[in-house]
Amino acid sequence: MPDLGIEVLFRGRNLIRILGGLWVALRISLISVAVSFPLGILLGAVMTLKNPFVKALMRIYLEIIRIMPQMVLLFLFYFGTTRAFGWDLSGETASIIVFVLWGIAEMSDLVRSCLISIPVHQYETSEALGLVRIQIYRYIIIPQAVRRLIPLSVNLVTRMIKTTSLILMIGVVEVLKVAQQIIEANRSASPNAAFGVYLAVFFLYFVACWPISVLARYLEKKWG
Amino acid sequence: MGEILLKMEHVTKRFGDHIVLNDISLSVRRGEVIVIIGPSGCGKSTLLRCINALEEIESGEIWLRDEKIESRSKRFPALRQKIGMVFQNYELFPHLTALGNIQLAPVKVQGRNQAEVQAEALGWLSRVGLAGREKSYPRELSGGQKQRVAIVRALCMHPEILLFDEITAALDPEMVREVLDVMLDLASQGRTMLIVTHEMRFARAVADRILFLDKGKIMEDSDPETFFAHARTERARHFLDTFEFNNERLKKL
Repeated sequence: MPDLGIEVLFRGRNLIRILGGLWVALRISLISVAVSFPLGILLGAVMTLKNPFVKALMRIYLEIIRIMPQMVLLFLFYFGTTRAFGWDLSGETASIIVFVLWGIAEMSDLVRSCLISIPVHQYETSEALGLVRIQIYRYIIIPQAVRRLIPLSVNLVTRMIKTTSLILMIGVVEVLKVAQQIIEANRSASPNAAFGVYLAVFFLYFVACWPISVLARYLEKKWG
Repeated sequence: MGEILLKMEHVTKRFGDHIVLNDISLSVRRGEVIVIIGPSGCGKSTLLRCINALEEIESGEIWLRDEKIESRSKRFPALRQKIGMVFQNYELFPHLTALGNIQLAPVKVQGRNQAEVQAEALGWLSRVGLAGREKSYPRELSGGQKQRVAIVRALCMHPEILLFDEITAALDPEMVREVLDVMLDLASQGRTMLIVTHEMRFARAVADRILFLDKGKIMEDSDPETFFAHARTERARHFLDTFEFNNERLKKL
């Protein structure tokens, strides 16, 4: 049996620390989801309007955010804007700002695509039954759009959680950073700690994301 | 025949430069069953859609009894409830059961009592051969079943006139009959119906009047016997011939 370095986890407060790191990652994701999803839903609905100015503006925003690697956005906010504008951002705040901007972009695009995926005939049939615009949205369009949106947005949540592994690059001590610190600190005593500790990180991400993707699959099946 | 229920006067509709309906005038009496036939692109579906204001007309007027059909008028939502329409692709609401589909508009739009609407819906469902299917979702129903639910959905709004837009065109052949039977049943109840169809034998059986449309104009307007036996225009005879083609060729073999 090779030395997998798992025992390092149980040394001192290592396990507590690594769980604390996971909490940092989850906290940042959850705050970002809580802020960006309502705004994304609002903007997504706005994007279905036929106003060309609004459309163009949203398009530009969406393209910029989605083309840029999240890492570049993180660096831009944490190192760039703090220098240029002289304000003080903690790594965690910068992360939340970037994740919110990203979440809004992704969510609004999901909402827009769900809304426009409802066939025009559904509107026409509703009209022919005498429903007025607000009733058409309330009883026909929104319930169908939400059914399509929920699995997609649940996936977005897991993508956000996974992407928090980048924020160690701007000095946020989240689960992966804690893992690195533990490995560093135990380098001489347990040179093989990398395997055991990263395995634990893998397991923690799995525990955090797996129930969410099971939920997504369940909802997809239920409403598919 | 009853009073005039629906009246179209000099209705013209264009899509860009293309004239889809060219100066159409038409009166429909209460209880009349009118079948509209014609080659594809002749404007027959558009004609139905204009009656329901799903399409705006450029000129002319459409009246349902003494009320003008104008989508911008305040009275229009109420007026529209009197015009039932069934579409080619059923267009049931996929997130609602058959019963949910049928009840939604009577309850939410007309504010009728849910229990009363439900009783009526169940009665209709069993009449069209769908007893026990009220809890099924559209995805659990066959095309013919979906179309019958769509017909019941239109009926439960208590419309004064029913518009059927090629409602068997998307169905498998063996399901066409079950839907046509429902329409024959409705016709025998004295309902006012405008039917666009390619089912010629059905047209002949159900219609009081046949309208033959070509290039946005009503070319013929006559009773079915006259139309099918002695169509006046060359265009209509040619159109009818296209349906006979296979039979003729078989005879020659």
